[in-house]
Amino acid sequence: MRRFWASPAVRIGASISVATGLYGISFGALAVASGLSVPQTLALSLLMFTGGSQFAFIGVISGGGTGAAAFGAATLLGLRNAVYGTQINRMLKTPWPLKLAAAHVTIDESTATAVGQEDPAEQRRGFWVAGVGVFVLWNTFSLLGAILGGALGDPARWGLDGAAVAAFLGLLWPRLKGREPVAIAVVCALVTVLAVPHLPPGIPILVAGLVAAVWGWISHGRADEGLEPDVDPYPSGGHGATDPTGGEVR
Amino acid sequence: MSTGLWFWILLACAVAFLTKLAGHLVPARLLEDERMTRVAGALTIGLLASLVAMNTVSSGQDVVLDARIGALVAAAIALLLRAPFLVVVLVGAGAAALLRLTGMG
Repeated sequence: MRRFWASPAVRIGASISVATGLYGISFGALAVASGLSVPQTLALSLLMFTGGSQFAFIGVISGGGTGAAAFGAATLLGLRNAVYGTQINRMLKTPWPLKLAAAHVTIDESTATAVGQEDPAEQRRGFWVAGVGVFVLWNTFSLLGAILGGALGDPARWGLDGAAVAAFLGLLWPRLKGREPVAIAVVCALVTVLAVPHLPPGIPILVAGLVAAVWGWISHGRADEGLEPDVDPYPSGGHGATDPTGGEVR
Repeated sequence: MSTGLWFWILLACAVAFLTKLAGHLVPARLLEDERMTRVAGALTIGLLASLVAMNTVSSGQDVVLDARIGALVAAAIALLLRAPFLVVVLVGAGAAALLRLTGMG
């Protein structure tokens, strides 16, 4: 047990689990404020289990969008997890039926922790500790946030609409490395604001998504822009930690 | 809440899982096509930026400038100061609540 905790990947995976799990509290509170019930909130954290998509789903609902529009935004935002999945599969070579569990905990945090390690055993430990650790804490704190959010009453009085704005900016921020990501973000934000008065709630997000997809299709920039997990477990110049699609993986 | 919302929640959860699983199952060269990787990356940035914009200014189908602008600016400052995510969220909430309390929102 002591040797287990001596592993750098395990310690990094554990600390990323605590940091990420804690902000499940903001997801839970915002989900209830957007009109979801506590069981619906917990269903998203347990079953969807990919923070960006969960925030997208409730963000569309709180803006008055339909369930279908929320589904569309959450699904498109989750597409990057498929790219993470290929990385993890190549590194870990997880056997069946464990592959199902590995797929479920394939998220920004577990991918970033694994990719930052070079030794295959460390990659495996880092992935599982971060994946399972975030899963347990994220769900615990989502539930806590949902209960607290329900007790708060009027969401606007507590600035919960401002909290949602801050949460999305916080998710976007780490991906704005370089000129092209910033340009994509500015254009998509503008498209959204221009589309809001003319389209049903929630649909402007999908229009912005379409613009971004076309941009990606015709762009010639670095291939992995925006695909850096939104956490960096290795801030002091770790190798390839923020680059799961790069050439670091053997 | 309506059963309609439950339907979309569960469908979105199923598709989210299948997306992750697809990455583990599909031959790597298919998903690692440079163009698909670019699309996935641009999509992630574009959708998050759109969600920032919508949550800041939309009120149904109206564009409204209110306390949420203050929350956006405060959150950006917190991020520039390298505050952790949870602190950024609290700063955003605090800014919006404070602006409303002082009648500026």
